[in-house]
Amino acid sequence: MAVPKRKKSRSRTRSRRAQWKAAPLTLVACENCGQTKVPHHLCANCGTYDRRQVVEV
Amino acid sequence: MPQPKKGARLGGSPAHQKLILANLAKALFEHDKITTTEAKARLLRPYAERLITKAKKGDLHNRRQVLAVLRDKDIVFRLFDEIAPNYENRPGGYTRIIKAGNRKGDNAPMAVIELVEALTVQQTAVREAEAATRRATKEKAEKAAAPAAEVVEEAPAVEAEAEAAEATEAEAAEKE
Repeated sequence: MAVPKRKKSRSRTRSRRAQWKAAPLTLVACENCGQTKVPHHLCANCGTYDRRQVVEV
Repeated sequence: MPQPKKGARLGGSPAHQKLILANLAKALFEHDKITTTEAKARLLRPYAERLITKAKKGDLHNRRQVLAVLRDKDIVFRLFDEIAPNYENRPGGYTRIIKAGNRKGDNAPMAVIELVEALTVQQTAVREAEAATRRATKEKAEKAAAPAAEVVEEAPAVEAEAEAAEATEAEAAEKE
Protein backbone atom coordinates (compact mmCIF):
# COMPACT_ATOMS: atom_id res chain seq x y z
CA MET A 1 0.00 0.00 0.00
CA ALA A 2 1.28 3.46 -0.84
CA VAL A 3 2.29 5.40 2.23
CA PRO A 4 3.86 8.85 2.74
CA LYS A 5 7.63 8.65 2.63
CA ARG A 6 8.31 11.75 4.69
CA LYS A 7 6.71 13.43 7.63
CA LYS A 8 5.02 16.69 6.60
CA SER A 9 6.89 19.49 8.31
CA ARG A 10 5.05 21.89 10.59
CA SER A 11 5.95 24.62 8.13
CA ARG A 12 4.29 22.84 5.20
CA THR A 13 1.21 22.01 7.22
CA ARG A 14 0.87 25.56 8.47
CA SER A 15 1.55 27.08 5.04
CA ARG A 16 -1.23 24.94 3.62
CA ARG A 17 -3.61 25.81 6.40
CA ALA A 18 -2.81 29.50 6.06
CA GLN A 19 -5.05 29.41 2.98
CA TRP A 20 -8.11 28.31 4.99
CA LYS A 21 -9.93 31.61 5.09
CA ALA A 22 -13.51 32.52 5.77
CA ALA A 23 -15.08 34.66 3.05
CA PRO A 24 -16.44 37.95 4.38
CA LEU A 25 -20.23 38.01 4.61
CA THR A 26 -22.06 40.46 2.35
CA LEU A 27 -24.29 42.62 4.48
CA VAL A 28 -26.65 45.49 3.76
CA ALA A 29 -28.57 47.89 5.99
CA CYS A 30 -32.23 47.06 6.56
CA GLU A 31 -34.47 49.56 4.76
CA ASN A 32 -36.80 49.67 7.71
CA CYS A 33 -34.68 49.62 10.87
CA GLY A 34 -31.16 50.23 9.58
CA GLN A 35 -29.69 47.12 11.20
CA THR A 36 -27.27 45.12 9.06
CA LYS A 37 -28.85 42.08 7.45
CA VAL A 38 -28.10 39.49 4.77
CA PRO A 39 -29.28 40.80 1.38
CA HIS A 40 -32.46 39.20 -0.07
CA HIS A 41 -33.35 37.84 3.36
CA LEU A 42 -35.88 38.71 6.01
CA CYS A 43 -34.55 41.24 8.54
CA ALA A 44 -33.95 39.27 11.73
CA ASN A 45 -34.29 42.44 13.81
CA CYS A 46 -37.63 43.87 12.64
CA GLY A 47 -39.14 40.99 10.59
CA THR A 48 -39.67 43.05 7.44
CA TYR A 49 -38.76 42.35 3.85
CA ASP A 50 -39.09 44.94 1.10
CA ARG A 51 -40.61 47.32 3.71
CA ARG A 52 -43.43 44.85 4.37
CA GLN A 53 -43.96 43.26 7.79
CA VAL A 54 -43.64 39.53 7.07
CA VAL A 55 -43.29 38.04 10.56
CA GLU A 56 -43.96 39.47 14.00
CA VAL A 57 -40.85 39.84 16.14
CA MET B 1 -37.65 3.45 -18.26
CA PRO B 2 -39.04 5.84 -15.67
CA GLN B 3 -36.84 8.91 -15.38
CA PRO B 4 -36.19 10.00 -11.79
CA LYS B 5 -37.00 13.63 -11.13
CA LYS B 6 -34.19 16.13 -10.85
CA GLY B 7 -33.07 17.32 -7.46
CA ALA B 8 -33.27 15.87 -4.02
CA ARG B 9 -36.33 14.05 -2.70
CA LEU B 10 -37.86 15.16 0.56
CA GLY B 11 -38.04 12.53 3.25
CA GLY B 12 -36.32 9.75 1.32
CA SER B 13 -39.15 7.85 -0.38
CA PRO B 14 -41.75 8.96 -2.93
CA ALA B 15 -44.56 8.21 -0.52
CA HIS B 16 -42.95 10.28 2.22
CA GLN B 17 -42.38 13.17 -0.16
CA LYS B 18 -46.05 13.09 -1.19
CA LEU B 19 -47.11 13.16 2.45
CA ILE B 20 -44.72 15.98 3.34
CA LEU B 21 -45.91 18.13 0.44
CA ALA B 22 -49.58 17.43 1.15
CA ASN B 23 -49.14 18.30 4.81
CA LEU B 24 -47.21 21.47 3.98
CA ALA B 25 -49.92 22.51 1.52
CA LYS B 26 -52.55 21.84 4.17
CA ALA B 27 -50.69 23.98 6.69
CA LEU B 28 -50.23 26.73 4.11
CA PHE B 29 -53.93 26.86 3.21
CA GLU B 30 -54.90 26.81 6.87
CA HIS B 31 -52.54 29.53 8.10
CA ASP B 32 -51.81 31.56 4.90
CA LYS B 33 -48.17 31.76 5.95
CA ILE B 34 -45.76 29.06 7.12
CA THR B 35 -42.08 28.91 7.95
CA THR B 36 -40.21 25.91 6.60
CA THR B 37 -36.86 25.05 5.06
CA GLU B 38 -36.09 26.74 1.80
CA ALA B 39 -35.89 23.42 -0.08
CA LYS B 40 -39.38 22.45 1.09
CA ALA B 41 -40.74 25.89 0.28
CA ARG B 42 -39.30 25.73 -3.25
CA LEU B 43 -40.94 22.33 -3.85
CA LEU B 44 -44.19 23.38 -2.21
CA ARG B 45 -44.66 26.47 -4.37
CA PRO B 46 -45.60 24.78 -7.71
CA TYR B 47 -47.48 22.05 -5.82
CA ALA B 48 -49.65 24.50 -3.88
CA GLU B 49 -50.19 26.77 -6.88
CA ARG B 50 -51.49 23.85 -8.91
CA LEU B 51 -54.01 23.16 -6.14
CA ILE B 52 -55.08 26.81 -6.14
CA THR B 53 -55.56 26.69 -9.91
CA LYS B 54 -57.86 23.70 -9.40
CA ALA B 55 -59.68 25.61 -6.69
CA LYS B 56 -60.16 28.55 -9.06
CA LYS B 57 -61.95 26.26 -11.52
CA GLY B 58 -64.09 25.30 -8.58
CA ASP B 59 -66.22 22.47 -9.97
CA LEU B 60 -66.95 19.16 -8.29
CA HIS B 61 -64.35 17.21 -10.24
CA ASN B 62 -61.57 19.61 -9.25
CA ARG B 63 -62.81 19.63 -5.67
CA ARG B 64 -62.56 15.83 -5.55
CA GLN B 65 -59.08 15.93 -7.06
CA VAL B 66 -57.91 18.40 -4.40
CA LEU B 67 -59.66 16.43 -1.68
CA ALA B 68 -57.73 13.34 -2.78
CA VAL B 69 -54.53 15.22 -1.99
CA LEU B 70 -55.38 17.30 1.07
CA ARG B 71 -57.85 14.87 2.72
CA ASP B 72 -59.33 17.53 4.97
CA LYS B 73 -62.75 18.92 4.09
CA ASP B 74 -62.42 22.05 6.22
CA ILE B 75 -59.20 23.09 4.53
CA VAL B 76 -60.50 22.25 1.06
CA PHE B 77 -63.60 24.34 1.83
CA ARG B 78 -61.40 27.23 2.93
CA LEU B 79 -59.24 26.85 -0.20
CA PHE B 80 -62.21 26.83 -2.59
CA ASP B 81 -64.46 29.38 -0.90
CA GLU B 82 -62.07 31.84 0.76
CA ILE B 83 -58.68 31.64 -0.92
CA ALA B 84 -59.50 30.94 -4.58
CA PRO B 85 -61.90 33.91 -5.11
CA ASN B 86 -59.06 36.29 -4.14
CA TYR B 87 -57.04 35.14 -7.11
CA GLU B 88 -59.75 35.34 -9.77
CA ASN B 89 -57.89 37.85 -11.93
CA ARG B 90 -54.34 36.82 -11.02
CA PRO B 91 -52.68 34.66 -13.69
CA GLY B 92 -50.59 32.44 -11.41
CA GLY B 93 -47.96 33.38 -8.85
CA TYR B 94 -50.16 32.91 -5.81
CA THR B 95 -47.36 32.37 -3.30
CA ARG B 96 -44.35 34.31 -2.17
CA ILE B 97 -41.13 32.86 -0.70
CA ILE B 98 -38.96 35.02 1.53
CA LYS B 99 -35.62 33.71 2.74
CA ALA B 100 -35.37 33.86 6.50
CA GLY B 101 -31.81 32.93 7.45
CA ASN B 102 -30.43 29.68 8.80
CA ARG B 103 -32.02 27.53 11.50
CA LYS B 104 -30.30 27.22 14.81
CA GLY B 105 -29.35 23.59 15.41
CA ASP B 106 -28.74 22.26 11.92
CA ASN B 107 -28.02 25.53 10.07
CA ALA B 108 -30.69 24.72 7.47
CA PRO B 109 -31.69 27.71 5.33
CA MET B 110 -35.26 28.62 6.28
CA ALA B 111 -37.91 30.48 4.32
CA VAL B 112 -41.35 31.96 4.89
CA ILE B 113 -43.86 30.92 2.22
CA GLU B 114 -47.13 32.81 2.16
CA LEU B 115 -50.20 33.28 0.00
CA VAL B 116 -50.03 36.67 -1.71
CA GLU B 117 -52.76 39.25 -1.22
CA ALA B 118 -55.60 39.65 -3.73
CA LEU B 119 -54.87 42.11 -6.53
CA THR B 120 -56.34 45.54 -5.83
CA VAL B 121 -58.46 47.22 -8.50
CA GLN B 122 -55.61 49.64 -9.18
CA GLN B 123 -53.04 46.84 -9.63
CA THR B 124 -55.36 45.05 -12.05
CA ALA B 125 -55.78 48.22 -14.09
CA VAL B 126 -52.02 48.85 -14.15
CA ARG B 127 -51.32 45.29 -15.24
CA GLU B 128 -53.88 45.49 -18.02
CA ALA B 129 -52.40 48.76 -19.23
CA GLU B 130 -48.90 47.29 -19.22
CA ALA B 131 -50.11 44.27 -21.17
CA ALA B 132 -51.79 46.58 -23.69
CA THR B 133 -48.60 48.62 -24.23
CA ARG B 134 -46.62 45.40 -24.63
CA ARG B 135 -49.09 44.20 -27.24
CA ALA B 136 -48.99 47.55 -29.03
CA THR B 137 -45.19 47.69 -29.21
CA LYS B 138 -45.10 44.10 -30.42
CA GLU B 139 -47.59 44.85 -33.20
CA LYS B 140 -45.68 48.01 -34.10
CA ALA B 141 -42.41 46.06 -34.30
CA GLU B 142 -44.03 43.47 -36.54
CA LYS B 143 -45.47 46.16 -38.81
CA ALA B 144 -42.14 47.99 -38.93
CA ALA B 145 -40.32 44.78 -39.80
CA ALA B 146 -42.66 43.96 -42.68
CA PRO B 147 -42.60 47.30 -44.67
CA ALA B 148 -38.92 47.93 -43.82
CA ALA B 149 -37.84 45.49 -46.52
CA GLU B 150 -39.95 47.30 -49.16
CA VAL B 151 -38.61 50.70 -48.10
CA VAL B 152 -35.00 49.53 -48.44
CA GLU B 153 -35.66 48.43 -52.01
CA GLU B 154 -37.26 51.77 -52.95
CA ALA B 155 -34.71 54.02 -51.27
CA PRO B 156 -31.72 53.60 -53.66
CA ALA B 157 -33.91 54.28 -56.68
CA VAL B 158 -35.20 57.52 -55.13
CA GLU B 159 -31.67 58.64 -54.24
CA ALA B 160 -30.43 57.93 -57.75
CA GLU B 161 -33.22 60.07 -59.22
CA ALA B 162 -32.40 62.89 -56.83
CA GLU B 163 -28.72 62.78 -57.77
CA ALA B 164 -29.59 62.85 -61.43
CA ALA B 165 -31.81 65.90 -60.91
CA GLU B 166 -29.04 67.71 -59.02
CA ALA B 167 -26.55 66.91 -61.76
CA THR B 168 -28.78 68.33 -64.48
CA GLU B 169 -29.35 71.49 -62.39
CA ALA B 170 -25.59 71.93 -61.97
CA GLU B 171 -25.02 71.49 -65.69
CA ALA B 172 -27.69 74.04 -66.43
CA ALA B 173 -26.03 76.53 -64.08
CA GLU B 174 -22.62 76.04 -65.73
CA LYS B 175 -24.08 76.68 -69.20
CA GLU B 176 -25.54 79.96 -68.08
